[in-house]
Amino acid sequence: MTTYIARRFLWAIPVLLGASFLVFWSIRWVPGDPAIAIAGELATPELVAKVRADLGLDQPLPIQFGIYLARMVKGDMGTSIRSGLPVAEEIRIRLPRTLQLTFFSLLLAALIGIPIGVLSATRANTWVDATSMIIALLGVSMPIFWLGLMLIIFFSLTLPGWLGLNQPILPPTGAGTWRHFIMPTIALAAASMAIQARMTRACMLDVLRSDYIRTARSKGVSEFSVVYNHALRNALIPIVTIIGLQFGTLLGGAVLTETVFAWPGIGRLLVDSIGYRDYPMIQGTVLVITVGFVLVNILVDVLYAYLDPRIRYT
Amino acid sequence: MTASTNSVAPAQTLNQTLRAPRSNFNMAMNRLMRSPGAVTGAILVLLFLFIALAAPILAPHDYQAADFSRVRQPPSAEHWMGTDELGRDLFSRLLYGARLSLLVGLISVGIGVVVGAPLGLISGYAGSHVDQVIMRIMDIMLAFPSILLAILMVAAFGPSLNNAMIAIGVVSIPIYARLMRSSTLSIKEELYIEASRSMGTSSNRILTRHILPNTLAPIVVQSTLQIAVAIQASAALGFLGLGAPPDVPEWGNMLQKGRTYILSAPHIVIFPGLAIMFVVLGFNLMGDGLRDALDPRMSR
Repeated sequence: MTTYIARRFLWAIPVLLGASFLVFWSIRWVPGDPAIAIAGELATPELVAKVRADLGLDQPLPIQFGIYLARMVKGDMGTSIRSGLPVAEEIRIRLPRTLQLTFFSLLLAALIGIPIGVLSATRANTWVDATSMIIALLGVSMPIFWLGLMLIIFFSLTLPGWLGLNQPILPPTGAGTWRHFIMPTIALAAASMAIQARMTRACMLDVLRSDYIRTARSKGVSEFSVVYNHALRNALIPIVTIIGLQFGTLLGGAVLTETVFAWPGIGRLLVDSIGYRDYPMIQGTVLVITVGFVLVNILVDVLYAYLDPRIRYT
Repeated sequence: MTASTNSVAPAQTLNQTLRAPRSNFNMAMNRLMRSPGAVTGAILVLLFLFIALAAPILAPHDYQAADFSRVRQPPSAEHWMGTDELGRDLFSRLLYGARLSLLVGLISVGIGVVVGAPLGLISGYAGSHVDQVIMRIMDIMLAFPSILLAILMVAAFGPSLNNAMIAIGVVSIPIYARLMRSSTLSIKEELYIEASRSMGTSSNRILTRHILPNTLAPIVVQSTLQIAVAIQASAALGFLGLGAPPDVPEWGNMLQKGRTYILSAPHIVIFPGLAIMFVVLGFNLMGDGLRDALDPRMSR
């Protein structure tokens, strides 16, 4: 197992280096001088010259990348054009908000998605199955940001209207209390919930057709025990993988949810930075989310190998 | 009763035996047409395709004509879906928006297939260092959450519909490369490929005449599902203000503009979102149906 973990982490190094290079290189796609892009269009010629010297922009590309990596390792992601604050500091403040939102969304998605999938599989080809899967398919097809807007309309307009209230049931934007959490969490969780329900159904159907399930049933084991003790425990292995991979996807989806609900996380920070052409901040936020995405994927692989020993030996 | 059944049965068996073998394509089409989901999906896709093509005929108003005396009006007999923040007819804009969404979906998937599939084909067939280099580059692209890579590209190149389309297409390249590689790896071990190689057939011919046609089914399935992903991604970029210019009736764009008036004129955000959801649902249903029809082992 230790060898597998070490191999998996070693494998991630070139991927992370490549991803860092892509982020570093992205500033070169911007039309014009990268030094002006980094210092800001209103920067003085002196500041532009200082940025050029600091980042070694007059040096060959490999050296520039080396300087960039050395700065990243030290936690120096540059200075935000918009706020003038260090990029790393702003990200450090905002990141916990995004992680909270992502974690609770994933939890909600699993708590609802898995039981729906199990129910669907145990009642395969009935109206319960058809209804659950149609809802799941709608969940996958619905844009996250639109669902967010619909939730705002429902909790701020429709439901207060039905109850004769003059104020929203839930705050439509911002953060700070548990009530602020509800709508962004539901919006971000919906697609993941649908994917987990579909995946659980498929895995459960697969397992329920196995010989050992037939044997358990023929021995007179109760249906509840067959489904939850025998089938679900084995079906959970691929489901856990999907849940883990969803965490990374949700980190990306948080960009949209945070924009809809003005949630003060790293995703909103990225979108706001694009408007201001704050390239150091854009690079910093994209890099942090990507590193998180890669690390979560490795952890999922390790967890999968732990749950299913066959993986370690292939 | 029993006697008559017994006398008919051998004749039926004989007919079935003598009937010409059905092609894989016919069997797949048969399975597809028997799937209610796939048929519903195809109807939805065809409906949106018709809307996109016939938008100038179907649109009751000029989609660009602003009427400041009728801003943010709710749905009525004259404006079936109401008007937007500039008094433009929302229904007409929605019809024209179908053109853009389908175009973005098709072109970005086209970019993904045209670049990704040959890379996967070469990677799988050549193996060794070529495979390693191509696949490691693909791994790097897959290290980013897809929407994030698209955002990074559009932020750098500048927001526009073309750049959004290219970004969404580029993001899908590794998906096709991986898919094509895995298909190529399994097909190149087949006996008929070995026979062809031993007869002195060139690699180029083996790739284009033998391997490529046999890898098309998963590419078709993936492309159908990927159009749905591309339409959602393009709407997301439009919603973030990274897609089409503000006056263009792109659905994500319309949601972004309508968001400001969400509590006073919710219809401005309800209808474009429904349009996105149904067209994406159509492609998802069709993709699922195609997958089950082309590879029955996958059907549940």
